[in-house]
Amino acid sequence: MGVGIQVEKLNAWYGKTQALHDINLNVQANHATALIGPSGCGKSTFIRCLNRMHETTPEARVEGTIKIGDYDAYQGTSATQLRRRIGMVFQKPNPFPTMSIYDNVAAGLKLNGYRDKKHLDEVVEKSLASSALWDEVKDSLHKKSGASLSGGQQQRLCIARALAVEPEVLLMDEPCSALDPISTGKIEELIFELKAQYTIVIVTHNMQQAARVAEYTGFFLLGRMIEYDKTEKIFTNPSDKRTEDYITGRFG
Amino acid sequence: MPEATHTSALHAVRPIALRRRITDHVMTGAAVLTVILVLVPLFAIFAYLVYRGVGSINWAFLTQTPKPVGEAGGGMANAIVGSAFILALASILGVPVGVGAGIYLAEYGRNRFGDVIRFTADVLNGVPSIVIGIVAYAIVVLRQKHFSALAGGTALAIMMIPTITRTTEEMLLLVPNTLREAAYGLGVPRWRTTLSIVLRTATSGVITGVMLAFARVAGETAPLLFTAFGNQFWNWRLDQPTAALPLQIFTYAISPYDDWHRQAWAGALVLIILIVSAVAAVRYVVRRGTLGGVA
Repeated sequence: MGVGIQVEKLNAWYGKTQALHDINLNVQANHATALIGPSGCGKSTFIRCLNRMHETTPEARVEGTIKIGDYDAYQGTSATQLRRRIGMVFQKPNPFPTMSIYDNVAAGLKLNGYRDKKHLDEVVEKSLASSALWDEVKDSLHKKSGASLSGGQQQRLCIARALAVEPEVLLMDEPCSALDPISTGKIEELIFELKAQYTIVIVTHNMQQAARVAEYTGFFLLGRMIEYDKTEKIFTNPSDKRTEDYITGRFG
Repeated sequence: MPEATHTSALHAVRPIALRRRITDHVMTGAAVLTVILVLVPLFAIFAYLVYRGVGSINWAFLTQTPKPVGEAGGGMANAIVGSAFILALASILGVPVGVGAGIYLAEYGRNRFGDVIRFTADVLNGVPSIVIGIVAYAIVVLRQKHFSALAGGTALAIMMIPTITRTTEEMLLLVPNTLREAAYGLGVPRWRTTLSIVLRTATSGVITGVMLAFARVAGETAPLLFTAFGNQFWNWRLDQPTAALPLQIFTYAISPYDDWHRQAWAGALVLIILIVSAVAAVRYVVRRGTLGGVA
Protein backbone atom coordinates (compact mmCIF):
# COMPACT_ATOMS: atom_id res chain seq x y z
CA MET A 1 0.00 0.00 0.00
CA GLY A 2 1.11 3.52 -0.67
CA VAL A 3 1.94 6.01 2.05
CA GLY A 4 1.63 9.77 2.18
CA ILE A 5 4.58 12.14 1.97
CA GLN A 6 4.96 15.27 4.08
CA VAL A 7 7.50 17.80 2.97
CA GLU A 8 8.35 20.76 5.18
CA LYS A 9 10.60 23.71 4.45
CA LEU A 10 12.64 21.88 1.89
CA ASN A 11 15.61 23.78 0.49
CA ALA A 12 18.11 22.29 -1.93
CA TRP A 13 21.36 23.51 -3.41
CA TYR A 14 23.77 22.57 -6.17
CA GLY A 15 27.02 24.02 -4.83
CA LYS A 16 26.14 27.66 -4.17
CA THR A 17 23.10 27.73 -6.43
CA GLN A 18 19.86 27.28 -4.59
CA ALA A 19 17.52 25.10 -6.63
CA LEU A 20 14.59 24.79 -4.22
CA HIS A 21 13.19 27.40 -1.84
CA ASP A 22 11.00 26.47 1.12
CA ILE A 23 8.86 23.78 -0.43
CA ASN A 24 5.93 22.56 1.69
CA LEU A 25 3.80 19.81 0.30
CA ASN A 26 1.52 17.00 1.38
CA VAL A 27 1.30 14.15 -1.06
CA GLN A 28 -1.81 12.01 -0.60
CA ALA A 29 -1.34 8.27 -0.25
CA ASN A 30 -2.61 6.17 -3.17
CA HIS A 31 -3.12 9.12 -5.45
CA ALA A 32 -1.14 10.47 -8.35
CA THR A 33 0.37 13.89 -7.88
CA ALA A 34 1.73 15.72 -10.90
CA LEU A 35 4.43 18.36 -10.77
CA ILE A 36 4.45 20.79 -13.67
CA GLY A 37 6.48 23.85 -14.52
CA PRO A 38 8.99 25.15 -17.07
CA SER A 39 12.44 23.56 -17.51
CA GLY A 40 14.85 24.28 -14.69
CA CYS A 41 12.10 25.13 -12.19
CA GLY A 42 13.22 22.50 -9.71
CA LYS A 43 10.59 19.80 -10.11
CA SER A 44 13.12 17.08 -10.94
CA THR A 45 15.36 18.25 -8.12
CA PHE A 46 12.34 18.05 -5.85
CA ILE A 47 11.51 14.43 -6.57
CA ARG A 48 15.20 13.53 -6.42
CA CYS A 49 15.16 14.86 -2.85
CA LEU A 50 12.31 12.51 -1.99
CA ASN A 51 14.46 9.40 -2.52
CA ARG A 52 17.72 11.14 -1.66
CA MET A 53 19.01 10.80 -5.21
CA HIS A 54 19.84 14.50 -5.04
CA GLU A 55 22.78 13.82 -2.75
CA THR A 56 24.50 11.59 -5.33
CA THR A 57 25.30 14.75 -7.31
CA PRO A 58 28.65 16.18 -6.20
CA GLU A 59 28.28 19.24 -3.96
CA ALA A 60 24.51 18.90 -3.74
CA ARG A 61 22.90 19.69 -0.38
CA VAL A 62 19.44 19.54 1.21
CA GLU A 63 17.76 21.09 4.25
CA GLY A 64 14.29 20.57 5.63
CA THR A 65 12.25 17.53 6.55
CA ILE A 66 10.64 14.87 4.43
CA LYS A 67 8.45 12.20 5.93
CA ILE A 68 7.60 9.14 3.91
CA GLY A 69 4.67 7.65 5.81
CA ASP A 70 5.90 7.54 9.40
CA TYR A 71 9.60 7.53 8.57
CA ASP A 72 11.85 10.51 8.35
CA ALA A 73 13.71 10.27 5.05
CA TYR A 74 16.85 12.01 6.27
CA GLN A 75 17.10 11.03 9.94
CA GLY A 76 17.74 7.53 11.15
CA THR A 77 17.55 5.89 7.72
CA SER A 78 20.30 5.37 5.20
CA ALA A 79 19.70 6.52 1.64
CA THR A 80 19.96 2.89 0.53
CA GLN A 81 17.25 1.72 2.94
CA LEU A 82 15.02 4.61 1.97
CA ARG A 83 15.35 3.91 -1.74
CA ARG A 84 14.21 0.33 -1.26
CA ARG A 85 10.86 1.78 -0.25
CA ILE A 86 10.65 4.35 -3.03
CA GLY A 87 10.75 3.27 -6.65
CA MET A 88 11.97 5.62 -9.34
CA VAL A 89 11.38 5.73 -13.08
CA PHE A 90 13.60 8.03 -15.07
CA GLN A 91 13.22 10.28 -18.07
CA LYS A 92 15.05 8.00 -20.44
CA PRO A 93 14.45 4.26 -20.14
CA ASN A 94 17.59 2.83 -18.53
CA PRO A 95 17.43 -0.97 -18.43
CA PHE A 96 20.69 -2.69 -17.50
CA PRO A 97 22.09 -3.57 -20.94
CA THR A 98 24.05 -6.66 -19.90
CA MET A 99 21.08 -8.27 -18.18
CA SER A 100 18.23 -10.30 -19.58
CA ILE A 101 14.66 -9.08 -19.20
CA TYR A 102 14.22 -11.38 -16.23
CA ASP A 103 17.39 -10.19 -14.52
CA ASN A 104 16.47 -6.57 -15.08
CA VAL A 105 13.23 -7.03 -13.20
CA ALA A 106 14.87 -9.16 -10.51
CA ALA A 107 17.87 -6.81 -10.21
CA GLY A 108 16.61 -4.90 -7.16
CA LEU A 109 16.10 -8.14 -5.25
CA LYS A 110 19.09 -10.07 -6.56
CA LEU A 111 21.58 -7.27 -6.01
CA ASN A 112 20.32 -6.96 -2.46
CA GLY A 113 21.01 -10.61 -1.83
CA TYR A 114 17.71 -12.47 -2.47
CA ARG A 115 18.37 -15.88 -3.97
CA ASP A 116 15.05 -17.75 -3.61
CA LYS A 117 14.48 -18.75 -7.23
CA LYS A 118 10.80 -19.57 -6.86
CA HIS A 119 10.01 -16.32 -5.13
CA LEU A 120 11.99 -14.39 -7.76
CA ASP A 121 10.03 -16.09 -10.55
CA GLU A 122 6.79 -15.02 -8.95
CA VAL A 123 7.92 -11.45 -8.37
CA VAL A 124 9.18 -11.11 -11.95
CA GLU A 125 5.92 -12.35 -13.41
CA LYS A 126 3.81 -10.22 -11.10
CA SER A 127 5.84 -7.08 -11.77
CA LEU A 128 5.84 -7.55 -15.53
CA ALA A 129 2.10 -8.18 -15.40
CA SER A 130 1.60 -4.99 -13.37
CA SER A 131 3.55 -3.00 -15.91
CA ALA A 132 1.54 -4.57 -18.78
CA LEU A 133 4.62 -6.08 -20.37
CA TRP A 134 4.26 -9.75 -19.42
CA ASP A 135 2.41 -10.87 -22.56
CA GLU A 136 4.94 -9.21 -24.84
CA VAL A 137 8.06 -10.68 -23.23
CA LYS A 138 7.07 -13.88 -21.45
CA ASP A 139 8.65 -16.07 -24.16
CA SER A 140 12.00 -14.29 -24.16
CA LEU A 141 12.57 -13.53 -20.48
CA HIS A 142 16.02 -15.08 -20.40
CA LYS A 143 16.88 -14.95 -24.08
CA LYS A 144 16.64 -11.24 -24.73
CA SER A 145 18.58 -8.38 -23.19
CA GLY A 146 16.61 -5.56 -21.64
CA ALA A 147 18.21 -3.18 -24.10
CA SER A 148 16.82 -5.07 -27.11
CA LEU A 149 13.23 -3.98 -26.39
CA SER A 150 11.59 -0.93 -27.98
CA GLY A 151 11.68 2.39 -26.12
CA GLY A 152 8.16 2.07 -24.77
CA GLN A 153 8.74 -1.53 -23.71
CA GLN A 154 12.01 -0.52 -22.05
CA GLN A 155 10.19 2.09 -20.00
CA ARG A 156 7.58 -0.44 -18.90
CA LEU A 157 10.46 -2.79 -18.07
CA CYS A 158 11.93 -0.06 -15.88
CA ILE A 159 8.56 0.35 -14.18
CA ALA A 160 8.43 -3.41 -13.57
CA ARG A 161 11.96 -3.24 -12.18
CA ALA A 162 10.90 -0.49 -9.78
CA LEU A 163 7.75 -2.39 -8.73
CA ALA A 164 9.63 -5.62 -8.06
CA VAL A 165 11.11 -4.28 -4.83
CA GLU A 166 7.54 -3.54 -3.65
CA PRO A 167 7.92 0.15 -2.90
CA GLU A 168 5.33 2.32 -1.19
CA VAL A 169 5.96 5.31 -3.39
CA LEU A 170 6.68 5.49 -7.11
CA LEU A 171 8.51 8.55 -8.41
CA MET A 172 8.36 9.21 -12.13
CA ASP A 173 10.61 11.84 -13.66
CA GLU A 174 9.07 12.68 -17.05
CA PRO A 175 8.58 8.98 -17.80
CA CYS A 176 7.02 9.58 -21.21
CA SER A 177 9.19 12.34 -22.63
CA ALA A 178 11.20 9.91 -24.77
CA LEU A 179 8.20 7.87 -25.90
CA ASP A 180 5.75 7.99 -28.80
CA PRO A 181 2.03 8.70 -28.21
CA ILE A 182 1.04 5.02 -28.19
CA SER A 183 3.63 4.06 -25.58
CA THR A 184 2.73 7.20 -23.64
CA GLY A 185 -0.91 6.12 -23.63
CA LYS A 186 0.07 2.70 -22.26
CA ILE A 187 2.15 4.21 -19.47
CA GLU A 188 -0.67 6.59 -18.54
CA GLU A 189 -3.14 3.70 -18.32
CA LEU A 190 -0.60 1.98 -16.14
CA ILE A 191 -0.30 4.96 -13.80
CA PHE A 192 -4.06 4.82 -13.44
CA GLU A 193 -3.98 1.20 -12.35
CA LEU A 194 -0.92 1.55 -10.13
CA LYS A 195 -2.55 4.28 -8.06
CA ALA A 196 -4.59 1.64 -6.26
CA GLN A 197 -1.42 0.25 -4.69
CA TYR A 198 1.17 2.99 -4.77
CA THR A 199 1.54 6.67 -4.11
CA ILE A 200 2.69 8.21 -7.36
CA VAL A 201 4.55 11.46 -7.89
CA ILE A 202 5.06 12.28 -11.55
CA VAL A 203 7.03 15.13 -13.07
CA THR A 204 5.77 16.05 -16.50
CA HIS A 205 6.16 18.71 -19.14
CA ASN A 206 2.91 17.69 -20.68
CA MET A 207 0.01 19.48 -19.05
CA GLN A 208 -2.59 17.29 -20.70
CA GLN A 209 -0.82 14.34 -19.16
CA ALA A 210 -0.99 15.91 -15.72
CA ALA A 211 -4.68 16.58 -16.23
CA ARG A 212 -5.29 13.01 -17.38
CA VAL A 213 -3.48 11.03 -14.70
CA ALA A 214 -3.22 13.11 -11.54
CA GLU A 215 -5.73 14.07 -8.84
CA TYR A 216 -3.38 16.72 -7.46
CA THR A 217 -1.05 19.04 -9.29
CA GLY A 218 1.74 21.28 -8.07
CA PHE A 219 3.07 24.15 -10.16
CA PHE A 220 6.76 24.99 -9.77
CA LEU A 221 8.47 28.14 -10.93
CA LEU A 222 12.08 29.23 -10.32
CA GLY A 223 12.60 26.79 -7.47
CA ARG A 224 9.40 27.68 -5.61
CA MET A 225 6.10 25.89 -5.49
CA ILE A 226 3.63 28.49 -6.62
CA GLU A 227 0.44 26.55 -6.25
CA TYR A 228 -0.68 23.11 -5.18
CA ASP A 229 -4.27 21.96 -5.42
CA LYS A 230 -6.70 19.50 -6.96
CA THR A 231 -5.77 19.09 -10.61
CA GLU A 232 -9.16 20.27 -11.74
CA LYS A 233 -8.80 23.49 -9.77
CA ILE A 234 -5.31 24.16 -11.10
CA PHE A 235 -6.41 23.77 -14.68
CA THR A 236 -9.81 25.45 -14.54
CA ASN A 237 -9.55 28.06 -11.83
CA PRO A 238 -5.98 28.62 -10.57
CA SER A 239 -5.56 31.02 -7.67
CA ASP A 240 -2.25 32.43 -8.82
CA LYS A 241 -1.81 34.60 -11.88
CA ARG A 242 1.52 32.89 -12.73
CA THR A 243 -0.12 29.47 -12.75
CA GLU A 244 -2.78 30.75 -15.07
CA ASP A 245 -0.18 32.28 -17.38
CA TYR A 246 1.71 29.01 -17.53
CA ILE A 247 -1.20 26.69 -18.17
CA THR A 248 -2.68 28.99 -20.79
CA GLY A 249 0.68 28.98 -22.54
CA ARG A 250 1.57 32.61 -22.03
CA PHE A 251 5.10 31.63 -21.00
CA GLY A 252 7.27 28.63 -20.29
CA MET B 1 4.66 22.06 -64.99
CA PRO B 2 5.88 20.24 -61.89
CA GLU B 3 8.24 18.21 -64.08
CA ALA B 4 9.88 21.33 -65.46
CA THR B 5 10.55 22.66 -61.99
CA HIS B 6 11.90 19.28 -61.05
CA THR B 7 14.55 19.23 -63.81
CA SER B 8 15.61 22.82 -63.25
CA ALA B 9 16.02 22.10 -59.57
CA LEU B 10 18.27 19.17 -60.46
CA HIS B 11 20.36 21.40 -62.71
CA ALA B 12 20.84 23.90 -59.94
CA VAL B 13 21.91 21.17 -57.56
CA ARG B 14 24.27 19.19 -59.78
CA PRO B 15 27.54 21.21 -59.47
CA ILE B 16 27.42 21.05 -55.67
CA ALA B 17 26.53 17.39 -55.75
CA LEU B 18 29.49 16.65 -58.03
CA ARG B 19 31.92 18.49 -55.79
CA ARG B 20 30.55 16.73 -52.76
CA ARG B 21 30.81 13.37 -54.46
CA ILE B 22 34.45 14.01 -55.38
CA THR B 23 35.26 15.16 -51.84
CA ASP B 24 33.48 12.11 -50.51
CA HIS B 25 35.51 9.77 -52.70
CA VAL B 26 38.79 11.51 -51.92
CA MET B 27 38.22 11.36 -48.19
CA THR B 28 37.07 7.74 -48.29
CA GLY B 29 40.14 6.92 -50.38
CA ALA B 30 42.39 8.66 -47.88
CA ALA B 31 40.83 6.76 -45.01
CA VAL B 32 41.26 3.43 -46.80
CA LEU B 33 44.86 4.33 -47.60
CA THR B 34 45.69 4.98 -43.96
CA VAL B 35 44.11 1.67 -43.01
CA ILE B 36 46.36 -0.05 -45.55
CA LEU B 37 49.37 1.83 -44.17
CA VAL B 38 48.53 0.49 -40.74
CA LEU B 39 48.00 -3.06 -41.91
CA VAL B 40 51.02 -3.36 -44.24
CA PRO B 41 53.72 -3.42 -41.53
CA LEU B 42 51.68 -5.89 -39.49
CA PHE B 43 51.25 -8.32 -42.37
CA ALA B 44 54.79 -7.72 -43.63
CA ILE B 45 56.22 -8.67 -40.24
CA PHE B 46 54.00 -11.70 -39.98
CA ALA B 47 54.75 -12.83 -43.52
CA TYR B 48 58.49 -12.44 -43.00
CA LEU B 49 58.34 -14.39 -39.74
CA VAL B 50 56.45 -17.17 -41.47
CA TYR B 51 59.00 -17.16 -44.30
CA ARG B 52 61.99 -17.39 -41.96
CA GLY B 53 60.51 -19.39 -39.15
CA VAL B 54 57.96 -21.85 -40.38
CA GLY B 55 60.59 -24.27 -41.74
CA SER B 56 62.05 -24.78 -38.28
CA ILE B 57 58.77 -25.41 -36.49
CA ASN B 58 58.28 -29.10 -36.04
CA TRP B 59 57.13 -31.50 -33.36
CA ALA B 60 60.56 -31.50 -31.67
CA PHE B 61 60.65 -27.71 -31.53
CA LEU B 62 57.34 -27.64 -29.70
CA THR B 63 58.00 -30.56 -27.35
CA GLN B 64 61.72 -30.66 -26.55
CA THR B 65 64.06 -28.58 -24.47
CA PRO B 66 67.16 -26.98 -26.06
CA LYS B 67 70.05 -29.27 -27.01
CA PRO B 68 73.56 -28.40 -25.81
CA VAL B 69 75.65 -26.13 -28.05
CA GLY B 70 76.82 -27.96 -31.14
CA GLU B 71 74.08 -30.56 -31.17
CA ALA B 72 71.42 -30.02 -33.79
CA GLY B 73 67.70 -30.23 -33.02
CA GLY B 74 66.00 -29.62 -29.74
CA GLY B 75 63.25 -27.09 -29.17
CA MET B 76 61.74 -24.38 -27.05
CA ALA B 77 59.02 -26.31 -25.24
CA ASN B 78 60.28 -25.15 -21.85
CA ALA B 79 60.39 -21.53 -23.04
CA ILE B 80 56.82 -21.71 -24.40
CA VAL B 81 55.53 -23.12 -21.15
CA GLY B 82 57.78 -20.80 -19.14
CA SER B 83 56.35 -17.76 -20.94
CA ALA B 84 52.82 -18.93 -20.22
CA PHE B 85 53.81 -19.50 -16.57
CA ILE B 86 55.35 -16.04 -16.15
CA LEU B 87 52.46 -14.34 -17.96
CA ALA B 88 49.92 -16.16 -15.81
CA LEU B 89 51.78 -14.97 -12.71
CA ALA B 90 51.95 -11.42 -14.06
CA SER B 91 48.21 -11.48 -14.77
CA ILE B 92 47.34 -12.85 -11.34
CA LEU B 93 49.44 -10.12 -9.71
CA GLY B 94 48.70 -7.26 -12.08
CA VAL B 95 45.09 -7.56 -13.22
CA PRO B 96 43.38 -7.28 -9.81
CA VAL B 97 45.55 -4.30 -8.84
CA GLY B 98 45.09 -2.58 -12.20
CA VAL B 99 41.34 -3.16 -12.41
CA GLY B 100 40.91 -2.21 -8.74
CA ALA B 101 42.81 1.04 -9.19
CA GLY B 102 40.81 1.78 -12.34
CA ILE B 103 37.55 1.25 -10.45
CA TYR B 104 38.74 3.56 -7.71
CA LEU B 105 39.71 6.28 -10.18
CA ALA B 106 36.45 6.12 -12.12
CA GLU B 107 34.01 5.80 -9.25
CA TYR B 108 35.70 7.45 -6.27
CA GLY B 109 38.72 9.24 -7.66
CA ARG B 110 37.40 12.73 -8.41
CA ASN B 111 39.84 14.22 -5.89
CA ARG B 112 43.44 15.07 -5.21
CA PHE B 113 44.43 11.51 -4.33
CA GLY B 114 42.87 10.30 -7.58
CA ASP B 115 44.89 12.86 -9.54
CA VAL B 116 48.07 11.64 -7.85
CA ILE B 117 47.29 8.02 -8.82
CA ARG B 118 46.47 9.06 -12.37
CA PHE B 119 49.73 10.96 -12.69
CA THR B 120 51.71 8.09 -11.15
CA ALA B 121 50.13 5.59 -13.53
CA ASP B 122 50.98 7.75 -16.53
CA VAL B 123 54.58 8.14 -15.41
CA LEU B 124 54.87 4.42 -14.68
CA ASN B 125 53.58 3.76 -18.18
CA GLY B 126 56.53 5.70 -19.56
CA VAL B 127 59.25 4.06 -17.44
CA PRO B 128 61.59 2.00 -19.64
CA SER B 129 61.04 -1.72 -19.20
CA ILE B 130 64.67 -2.36 -18.27
CA VAL B 131 64.26 -0.04 -15.29
CA ILE B 132 61.24 -2.02 -14.17
CA GLY B 133 63.39 -5.14 -14.48
CA ILE B 134 65.95 -3.60 -12.13
CA VAL B 135 63.21 -2.75 -9.63
CA ALA B 136 61.91 -6.34 -9.69
CA TYR B 137 65.50 -7.51 -9.32
CA ALA B 138 65.92 -5.35 -6.23
CA ILE B 139 62.65 -6.24 -4.54
CA VAL B 140 62.33 -9.93 -5.44
CA VAL B 141 65.58 -11.41 -6.71
CA LEU B 142 67.88 -9.88 -4.09
CA ARG B 143 65.56 -10.93 -1.31
CA GLN B 144 65.07 -14.49 -2.61
CA LYS B 145 68.72 -14.72 -3.62
CA HIS B 146 67.47 -16.43 -6.80
CA PHE B 147 66.46 -15.46 -10.27
CA SER B 148 62.90 -16.72 -10.45
CA ALA B 149 59.62 -16.99 -12.31
CA LEU B 150 58.07 -14.91 -9.53
CA ALA B 151 60.55 -12.08 -10.16
CA GLY B 152 59.77 -12.16 -13.88
CA GLY B 153 56.04 -12.20 -13.20
CA THR B 154 56.40 -9.26 -10.81
CA ALA B 155 58.29 -7.20 -13.37
CA LEU B 156 55.67 -7.85 -16.04
CA ALA B 157 52.83 -7.21 -13.58
CA ILE B 158 54.28 -3.79 -12.75
CA MET B 159 54.31 -3.06 -16.48
CA MET B 160 50.70 -4.20 -16.93
CA ILE B 161 49.21 -2.21 -14.05
CA PRO B 162 49.26 1.36 -15.42
CA THR B 163 47.78 0.37 -18.78
CA ILE B 164 45.02 -1.66 -17.14
CA THR B 165 44.32 1.08 -14.61
CA ARG B 166 43.83 3.83 -17.16
CA THR B 167 41.82 1.77 -19.67
CA THR B 168 39.60 0.42 -16.88
CA GLU B 169 38.98 3.96 -15.67
CA GLU B 170 38.10 5.15 -19.16
CA MET B 171 35.80 2.20 -19.83
CA LEU B 172 33.93 2.68 -16.54
CA LEU B 173 33.50 6.38 -17.24
CA LEU B 174 31.80 5.43 -20.52
CA VAL B 175 29.02 3.68 -18.58
CA PRO B 176 26.15 6.16 -18.52
CA ASN B 177 25.34 7.68 -15.16
CA THR B 178 21.68 6.81 -15.70
CA LEU B 179 22.57 3.15 -15.02
CA ARG B 180 24.18 4.03 -11.69
CA GLU B 181 21.09 6.03 -10.79
CA ALA B 182 18.83 3.17 -11.82
CA ALA B 183 20.65 0.90 -9.38
CA TYR B 184 20.73 3.49 -6.57
CA GLY B 185 16.99 3.97 -7.14
CA LEU B 186 16.46 0.28 -6.39
CA GLY B 187 18.22 0.64 -3.07
CA VAL B 188 21.38 -1.07 -4.27
CA PRO B 189 24.40 0.08 -2.25
CA ARG B 190 27.14 1.93 -4.03
CA TRP B 191 29.81 -0.79 -3.85
CA ARG B 192 27.34 -3.31 -5.27
CA THR B 193 26.32 -0.91 -8.03
CA THR B 194 29.98 -0.44 -8.92
CA LEU B 195 30.70 -4.17 -9.15
CA SER B 196 27.44 -5.60 -10.49
CA ILE B 197 26.27 -2.79 -12.75
CA VAL B 198 29.13 -0.50 -13.74
CA LEU B 199 31.95 -3.04 -13.97
CA ARG B 200 29.66 -5.59 -15.58
CA THR B 201 28.46 -3.18 -18.21
CA ALA B 202 32.04 -2.23 -19.04
CA THR B 203 33.39 -5.79 -18.91
CA SER B 204 34.28 -6.15 -22.57
CA GLY B 205 36.11 -2.82 -22.59
CA VAL B 206 37.99 -3.67 -19.42
CA ILE B 207 39.00 -7.04 -20.87
CA THR B 208 40.23 -5.29 -24.01
CA GLY B 209 42.48 -3.14 -21.82
CA VAL B 210 43.73 -6.20 -19.96
CA MET B 211 44.52 -8.00 -23.21
CA LEU B 212 46.28 -4.92 -24.55
CA ALA B 213 48.52 -4.89 -21.50
CA PHE B 214 48.97 -8.67 -21.72
CA ALA B 215 49.99 -8.58 -25.37
CA ARG B 216 52.38 -5.75 -24.67
CA VAL B 217 54.29 -7.50 -21.89
CA ALA B 218 54.15 -10.95 -23.49
CA GLY B 219 56.93 -9.95 -25.85
CA GLU B 220 59.03 -8.07 -23.30
CA THR B 221 62.63 -9.24 -23.01
CA ALA B 222 64.48 -6.59 -21.03
CA PRO B 223 62.59 -6.90 -17.73
CA LEU B 224 63.09 -10.68 -17.78
CA LEU B 225 66.86 -10.60 -18.34
CA PHE B 226 67.77 -10.41 -14.67
CA THR B 227 64.51 -11.59 -13.14
CA ALA B 228 63.28 -14.78 -14.80
CA PHE B 229 66.79 -15.06 -16.25
CA GLY B 230 66.11 -18.00 -18.57
CA ASN B 231 66.69 -21.69 -18.21
CA GLN B 232 67.73 -24.48 -20.56
CA PHE B 233 65.56 -26.97 -18.70
CA TRP B 234 62.03 -27.36 -17.43
CA ASN B 235 61.04 -25.39 -14.38
CA TRP B 236 57.72 -25.59 -12.55
CA ARG B 237 58.73 -23.69 -9.45
CA LEU B 238 58.04 -20.10 -8.52
CA ASP B 239 61.48 -19.55 -7.02
CA GLN B 240 63.66 -20.94 -9.79
CA PRO B 241 64.98 -19.36 -12.99
CA THR B 242 62.53 -19.93 -15.81
CA ALA B 243 62.83 -19.92 -19.58
CA ALA B 244 60.73 -17.49 -21.59
CA LEU B 245 60.27 -17.23 -25.33
CA PRO B 246 61.56 -13.65 -25.68
CA LEU B 247 64.67 -14.53 -23.65
CA GLN B 248 65.29 -17.63 -25.70
CA ILE B 249 64.86 -15.70 -28.93
CA PHE B 250 67.27 -13.06 -27.68
CA THR B 251 69.90 -15.60 -26.66
CA TYR B 252 69.62 -17.54 -29.90
CA ALA B 253 69.48 -14.51 -32.18
CA ILE B 254 72.81 -13.07 -30.90
CA SER B 255 74.53 -16.48 -30.98
CA PRO B 256 76.94 -17.37 -33.78
CA TYR B 257 75.14 -20.59 -34.80
CA ASP B 258 72.95 -20.89 -37.89
CA ASP B 259 70.78 -23.55 -36.30
CA TRP B 260 70.06 -21.26 -33.32
CA HIS B 261 69.23 -18.39 -35.70
CA ARG B 262 66.68 -20.58 -37.42
CA GLN B 263 65.21 -21.54 -34.06
CA ALA B 264 65.07 -17.88 -33.01
CA TRP B 265 62.93 -17.12 -36.07
CA ALA B 266 60.69 -20.03 -35.29
CA GLY B 267 60.43 -18.88 -31.68
CA ALA B 268 59.42 -15.39 -32.79
CA LEU B 269 56.71 -16.84 -35.02
CA VAL B 270 55.41 -19.07 -32.23
CA LEU B 271 55.40 -16.11 -29.83
CA ILE B 272 53.29 -13.97 -32.16
CA ILE B 273 50.87 -16.80 -32.88
CA LEU B 274 50.43 -17.52 -29.17
CA ILE B 275 49.80 -13.87 -28.29
CA VAL B 276 47.30 -13.41 -31.12
CA SER B 277 45.46 -16.62 -30.24
CA ALA B 278 45.33 -15.76 -26.54
CA VAL B 279 43.86 -12.33 -27.29
CA ALA B 280 41.42 -13.72 -29.84
CA ALA B 281 40.29 -16.54 -27.54
CA VAL B 282 39.63 -14.21 -24.61
CA ARG B 283 37.70 -11.76 -26.79
CA TYR B 284 35.62 -14.58 -28.23
CA VAL B 285 34.72 -15.92 -24.80
CA VAL B 286 33.89 -12.45 -23.47
CA ARG B 287 31.74 -11.60 -26.48
CA ARG B 288 29.77 -14.80 -26.13
CA GLY B 289 29.35 -14.23 -22.42
CA THR B 290 28.07 -10.67 -22.66
CA LEU B 291 25.74 -11.04 -25.65
CA GLY B 292 23.59 -13.49 -23.76
CA GLY B 293 23.27 -10.88 -21.03
CA VAL B 294 22.93 -13.47 -18.28
CA ALA B 295 24.00 -12.47 -14.79
